[in-house]
Order: sequence, then structure tokens, then C-alpha cells
Amino acid sequence: MELISKPVHELIDLLETRAISSEELVGQYLDRIEQVEPTIKAFITVDREGALEAARAVDESRRDGKAPSRLAGIPVAVKDNICTKGMATTCASEILKDFVSPYDAYVIERLRSAGMIIVGKTNMDEFAMGSSTENSAFFPTRNPWDLDRVPGGSSGGSAAAVASGEVPVALGSDTGGSVRTPASYCGVVGLKPTYGLVSRYGLVPYASSLDQVGILAGNVRDCAIMLGAIAGHDPRDSTSVKTERVDYEARLYNDIAGRVVGIPRECFGGPIDPHVTESVYAATKTLERLGARVQEVSIPTLQYALAVYYVIGPAEASASLARYDGVAFGYRYKQAEDSVSMFMETRGRGLGPEVKRRILIGTYVLSEGNYDRYFRKAMQVRTLIKKEFEQALEHCDVLVTPTTPTVAFRLGEKTDDPMSMYMSDMCTVVANLAGVPAVSVPCAKHEGCPIGLQLIGRSLDEALLLNIAYAYEQASGFEIEKASVV
Amino acid sequence: MPLEDYEIIIGLEVHAELKTESKVFCGCSTKFGAQPNSQVCPVCLGLPGTLPVLNKRALELTILAGLALNCKIAEHTGFDRKQYFYPDLPKGYQISQFDRPICYDGFIEILADDRDGNEVKRVGINRVHLEEESGKSVHSGTGILDSSYSLLDYNRSGIPLIEIVSEPDLRSPQEARRFLEELKRLLEYTGVSDCKMEEGSLRCDANVSLRKRGETRFGVKCEIKNMNSFRAVEAAILHEAERQAELLDAGEQVEPQTRGWDELTGTTVFMRSKESSSDYRYLPDPDLVDLVIDAGMVEALRENLPEMPGQKRRRYVEELKIPEYDAELISGSRNLAEYFESVVAVYNGPAKIVSNWVMGEFLRLINQEKVEIEDAKISPEEFAAVLRLVDNGTISGSVAKGVFEEVFRTGEDPESIVKRQGLAQISDADELSAVVDGIIEANPKAVEDVKSGNHKAIGFLVGQVMKETKGQANPKVVNQLLRDRLGL
Repeated sequence: MELISKPVHELIDLLETRAISSEELVGQYLDRIEQVEPTIKAFITVDREGALEAARAVDESRRDGKAPSRLAGIPVAVKDNICTKGMATTCASEILKDFVSPYDAYVIERLRSAGMIIVGKTNMDEFAMGSSTENSAFFPTRNPWDLDRVPGGSSGGSAAAVASGEVPVALGSDTGGSVRTPASYCGVVGLKPTYGLVSRYGLVPYASSLDQVGILAGNVRDCAIMLGAIAGHDPRDSTSVKTERVDYEARLYNDIAGRVVGIPRECFGGPIDPHVTESVYAATKTLERLGARVQEVSIPTLQYALAVYYVIGPAEASASLARYDGVAFGYRYKQAEDSVSMFMETRGRGLGPEVKRRILIGTYVLSEGNYDRYFRKAMQVRTLIKKEFEQALEHCDVLVTPTTPTVAFRLGEKTDDPMSMYMSDMCTVVANLAGVPAVSVPCAKHEGCPIGLQLIGRSLDEALLLNIAYAYEQASGFEIEKASVV
Repeated sequence: MPLEDYEIIIGLEVHAELKTESKVFCGCSTKFGAQPNSQVCPVCLGLPGTLPVLNKRALELTILAGLALNCKIAEHTGFDRKQYFYPDLPKGYQISQFDRPICYDGFIEILADDRDGNEVKRVGINRVHLEEESGKSVHSGTGILDSSYSLLDYNRSGIPLIEIVSEPDLRSPQEARRFLEELKRLLEYTGVSDCKMEEGSLRCDANVSLRKRGETRFGVKCEIKNMNSFRAVEAAILHEAERQAELLDAGEQVEPQTRGWDELTGTTVFMRSKESSSDYRYLPDPDLVDLVIDAGMVEALRENLPEMPGQKRRRYVEELKIPEYDAELISGSRNLAEYFESVVAVYNGPAKIVSNWVMGEFLRLINQEKVEIEDAKISPEEFAAVLRLVDNGTISGSVAKGVFEEVFRTGEDPESIVKRQGLAQISDADELSAVVDGIIEANPKAVEDVKSGNHKAIGFLVGQVMKETKGQANPKVVNQLLRDRLGL
């Protein structure tokens, strides 16, 4: 049976009725990886033997009627900034090239205890800093829809892996759009949950107040199933929220008639490609047909979001990345004359240019005299953005924007122009600054490349957000097939 | 110009490790002296992806410290990252508190430097904040830069630490020392810290500057580090003041510096200039949520504050009727005071007898045997039992000292020691008559003296009887027998 194009919810049925075994399923995916990986390069590590062994163990437990969960036996890929015991966690950086975490991240514990099969670790922009996955210290990943284009970033490996059928579902992380941007470019569904809904324990930080583990999936329903598998309170993360477990999948099918959809005026025009704008407006028509009320809203502080993001993110990063000094773990420059030059050479050689740029920005905005001018100001504006968002979401059930201003750009097109690269995040960073959930779903294609529609919801109301996204997905008829380039 | 013509301005910064079972942001043990790197986990090693979670007990102890130092307790507070590079700082930043300390605006009272030594002086406490310890470096050379290798022990990394910053209210090395002594007492009393300078659980830096008497502006200050005892703090401040006075006398400027105390030479030596102050680039730690300290929690802690040393001292003098000196000494240590009170509670005689024995035999043996008070084998019940054996005439005072020491060493019941070793006092006149007669016969000279009116000589005869009976004779009975025999 050809299993590669099937959604997770169908694979679950096949596994539960034992029409297929996990070994067979994982085997097919591993073969697919072997086939397309030389072209796509979505993975930094593939654990073929470990995956097959885990799959056999799940098959055995299922035969005994003891499958740990209905997701047991489903393969999954994990972004390489999420700690996995016994498998390297490199953050696509030279400085962690050989780093093997002695512990599993919270989400990895959840995946393992659900019996999911971790087939490998995916490529990314170094330390999740970037929008194209070109900042990987190892190699760039290619967009399965057009091999000359970037998959987006920073979770580009995870998005490309799902889009090209290397895995049915993957985990990413999203600090300013790092799940949604590649989802948009690769034509898959990408969810950034509410800040605090999924524990960050074991997610290597870029900027702790913005980071959140996210999901890349082939469709909204699979995304909802996965969210149920990783959401939940974790006492090891002080920012983890205590909430009731929600059956997100069961809530997908509610009628969305009467729901209010807001279109923030500030997210259109400017650098947004007219084709993208057109597609998003078309999507709002679809929502209207489903009975939703679409209305324009204004969130004036949105115009500052990108600037605020590029102060707060780097500031936190400059501290979070100070630990990579060659002392206790990771790469160390061994020929140094003394400790100080050991620090300097280790960091100088171990960290890539974009990471250094952000550390410098962060160091600058936190320096004496600059703190009030930049960092404190950015924190104040962030509070305003959050407030305006909450107000807008009082009368709107969701806000709809383009996920990215354009479709995927070409490899190398923006590498020498960081400002233009940063602009790709202009629609996505707001959800991180406000802490609210947001999902990108495919809504059109232009020049053969997918366009993403972003829906932003209320804090901790992923159920409603996914419900509306699902209704749209079903009604749009924009069924995203697996990219067939390979 | 002699040093007396200058006013010495001193402010202290004290770091005290909190007495918690586990570290401040992870569950590792805080026990001192373990094998290097045996009390570590991914969190206190700062491994990628790990997150801190605040130890509630550490917060409570910080608040307790604040209450003991008469501080205000912040309602809203939080943690900041203080950034600097050093190999024993695993994350490249220390989780500390910048502009939102948990406790602020307090004071402690010490005896001031005046001629009578009875004037109480209030020394301001600017703030008390909570932070984490770094690991410990051992360099092959004298410092990180000239070493061919350095060894790192992360057992200490993440032990909770409070930093207590005084106002520049201290005016002499002696006051600084008294401030530290009182601070140590308060922290020990509240159970906040062990305050063991030798284990590094209490550390002190001093800021010292001079100004001419009458001047109101502060002079340029130097910070002194590496002082390992209260005595060293006193000596270092004195030396630093003399050094600065010499400079000023010579018409030179005091440079703002960090200086280290060198115990061997008894001088402070240059470490680094403070001209270019380090920029720690503090930022609120996004991994920890801001804290709202509930007034109810503070009140509950306040109600559970133990009786403070000053209160104890007054109560001992007023209620227990022991001398001021005894009260001061015993209340100085919470463990000693508690031990003393336990003995008083089970002993029905005057507290003065207990304080004599506590300050005498008990402390002598504690110091001689180097045991902690809480580990002493002699229980308060046994302690009181020894005193009662003296009171009821079973043993003499001198025998009692030996019995006390035996109980101190073995923890054996005093009565069974007395019984086993046959130490009970002989008070039976019939039993003592023969000995008394023998002594009279053997000392005709002394007998003659007594009879001729030199009554003091009777003491010599009593002593001889005591010697003969190895101290077991009841001296009162012996005295009476001698008087009877010699017809006094």
C-alpha cells in the first residue's frame, strides 16, 4: 500500500486496524527520505535503525493491545533545536555540531510516550535565526515546489520534509514566524500555539519570551491531532500555562457561521505582493460564504512590530547564546593560548554571521545608555501591541493576514540584504509579540509556488482558531498535494 | 595628618548562601564538600534548552532575611540576567536581581564607637536580593590568565545566594566588624544561612573612602575583596584607610580601584581599576515569570520569625536573672541559646547555675573537642541531671566536672556514671570519722594552729580529708566533724 501521501488521521486508522504495521509505514518513509534527501536536504540527522527499532517495538505493543496512544507508530521529524537524548541536537551550528543532549525536551518525552517514531532531526537557520534556512552552518534546504527557491525558515527542514512526503508531520519552533513562514512557502499547515501552551523545556532558545514549539502538518486535522499530543502544563517551564486538556480534533467540525473575521488594514499594501493580497482577499470571500462576517480592523501599532521584534529578539538572544563559550559542552577551539582567546576563538569560529549579527544588535541595545532608548522602548511598545491585539480579538474571532509578503524567494536572492530578509517576518512577528496563536494554511499558488493564509486567534483558543482554519481548508478546495518535484 | 583627622566611610556588601536543601533553580543538593561535579544536572550546568524554576524556600528565606533586617518587602519583583564571561558561570549570565530587589530599605542596630560603648547606632540596609552562585574555579596558576589549566566544580553553581548591601553608614573598622557579627547572628537566628566564612557561605566586600572631618561630600572609594574572616575585614579596612590617608596627605588622589586583601602581608593590593566600570547588560530574565509577593505570605513568615538575639538578651536578664554578660554571650548564638533554654526548662534551680556551666565546662569542651552544639552528646536532661546531683549532695562540685566531661564524651546517663565509678559523696559521719581521726593524728602542727585560734588552718585539714577520700567526702560533714573533734 502506498502510504506516503496519506494524512496522519488515515494512517492512524490503518495502524489501529492493523492493516499496516508501523515498521512498514516507517520503512516507506525512510525509503522516501533516501530517495528525495539528496535533492531536498531537509535533514541533518536521520536515525534509520533507531526509527525501525522503535517502530517494531510499537508494533509489538499494539499486537498485545497495549499501544501507548493512537499516534503510536506514526513517524515524525523534529527540528534540530529540540533536544533529543542520544541523537545530536546541533541547532545547525558549528558550535553544537557534535552536541548530544543528555536529556529529552518536554515535547520529545510526549512524542516518545505517545509511541511516535522520531526519524530524524531537520535542518534550520542556525539557532533559528533566519527566514530561509540558508543560515544553516551545514547546507541549505531546497523548496520541494521549486528547487531553486528557499523553503523558508527557520524551520525550513521540517516544512520541506512534510511538503516532500519525507514525514507526515514534524515539529518546528517559531520565534517570529519560523513555523508559519516555511509552512507558507512549502504549502503545508504551520501552527504556532499560544505562548506557554507547549513547554519550552528542551527547546534551545533563540529568544525565550517569543519562542514556541510549533507543528508542521499536511492538513489542519493532523495539526490538531499533534497539538493534542504536545500541549500541556510542564512544571519545568515557569512560563508554561496550566490549562485543561482540549480535544482539538473534536472541535474542528463546528459551524463557523456568525464568526467574526478581522482584516488588519496595516497588513496589506507596502511590500506585500499584489498576488498575495488578492489570494488573501479571495480566502476571506470563502470564509464569508461559510457564514463568517468579515470586517476590516485597524491595529496602528502593528507598523512598529518588526522593529520591536528585531530589538527584543536579539537582546534576549545575546544573553541566551552567551553559554556557547567552549567551556562545558559543544565546540571548543583547542589551540588557544589562554582562556580569553579560547572564548573568543570558539565563538568566532563556532557561530555563523547571522547569529553574530543578532548577538551584536542585542548587545548594543542592552548596553548602558542604549537600554532605555531601545530595549525598554521596545518592551513598552510590545505591551501596546499586545493590548491592541487583545482589543481587536475581543470583537473578532480571528484576524486574517498574508503569512508572508511574497511566495518563496530564490536561494541566494536575499542573503546579502538582511533588511529585506527581515521583511519576510513582517506579518508573523506580531503573534509572537502578543503571545497569541497563529496558523498558516495554503490558500493559492503563484508561479507554481504556494501562498499562505495566516489566521491569528485568541490566547489559548487554538480550538476555535483551528476550527476556522479547518472550515476554510475544507471549503477552499485548495487541497495541497505533496510536492511532486522529486 | 593622622588618620583620626579623617572620617572613614564604609559600606559593606555581604553575600550569604541560603540554607536550602536544593539549589535555587533546580533540584540538585546544596550539601557542602561533595565530590566535584557530583551535584549537578542539565539546569545548573546551563545546558542548551534547560530552564530555571524558582525554589520557593529560597524566596521565603530571602524574605525572612529582609524581615530580620527590618526591610520592606517588594510586592512586585522579578529576576534579571547579569551578563559576563567567566568559565565557572555556565550560562554566560547570572540570574540575579537588578532594579527590583525582593527586600529594600532596612536597618540593623549595632553598638556605636563612643566612649561608653553603650550608644546604639542604626546602620541602613539598602537592599537584599536573591541570585544564584557560580561554580568554583581552581587555577593551576594564580589566576585565569596565567594558568596552563583551570579546573571547574559546578556543585556550587545554582546554590541560592543573597546579596546584602549596607548604606555607607559605618565609620570605623570596629563598627564594620560589629555590623558583620550582628548580621551573622540575625541570619543564623532566622535560619537563613549557616554563615560559615570558612566554607564560603558568608563573604564580604568593603567599600572604603576617606574624607576630612567636617567635610560632607564623600571621597573616592576603593572596593576590598578576598577577606576570609571578620578579623580580616577589620584589619583590611584599617590598612586601606591608612593607605588612602597617606595618599591624601601627600596631596595625591585616591584612584577608584578594586583591591584584594593579602592575609600574609597584611596589605591590600591592586586588582583592577574601576575607571572603566563593567557593563553587565542586565535584562529581565524571560525564562522566569515576574513575582507577585503575597502580603499573606510575608505576614505568615513574620509571625514565624524566631525571638531575635536582642529580645532574648533582655528576657534572660529580666526573667531569668542572669548577668548582662552571660545573657549577651549566650544569646549570641541561636544554637547555644536554645540549648541553654532547654537546660533551664528541665532544671528547677536558678538559671545562673546553668549559665555558669554552659559558659564554663560546656563551651570549654565544645571548643576543645571541636563539636557543633547541635551534635553534643550531652542532652539538656543529662546536663540538668548533673546539676541536680550536686544540688542534692550526691556528688561534689569537683567530681561533677569529671562526670560532666564523661557525659559530654559518651552521652552516658550521669547517675549510672556516678554509680559505676563509685563517685557518690560520703556524707555519713560514722564512715568519715576514722579518716578525720587519722588526719588529726597525722597533722599535729595544723591541729595546734587551729586550737590556738587560727581557724583558717581548718581548711587545710578539710583539704587533707578530701584528698584522702579522693574528693568524695562531703566537705560540710568533714568540717563539722573536725570542729567537734577539736572542740570549736
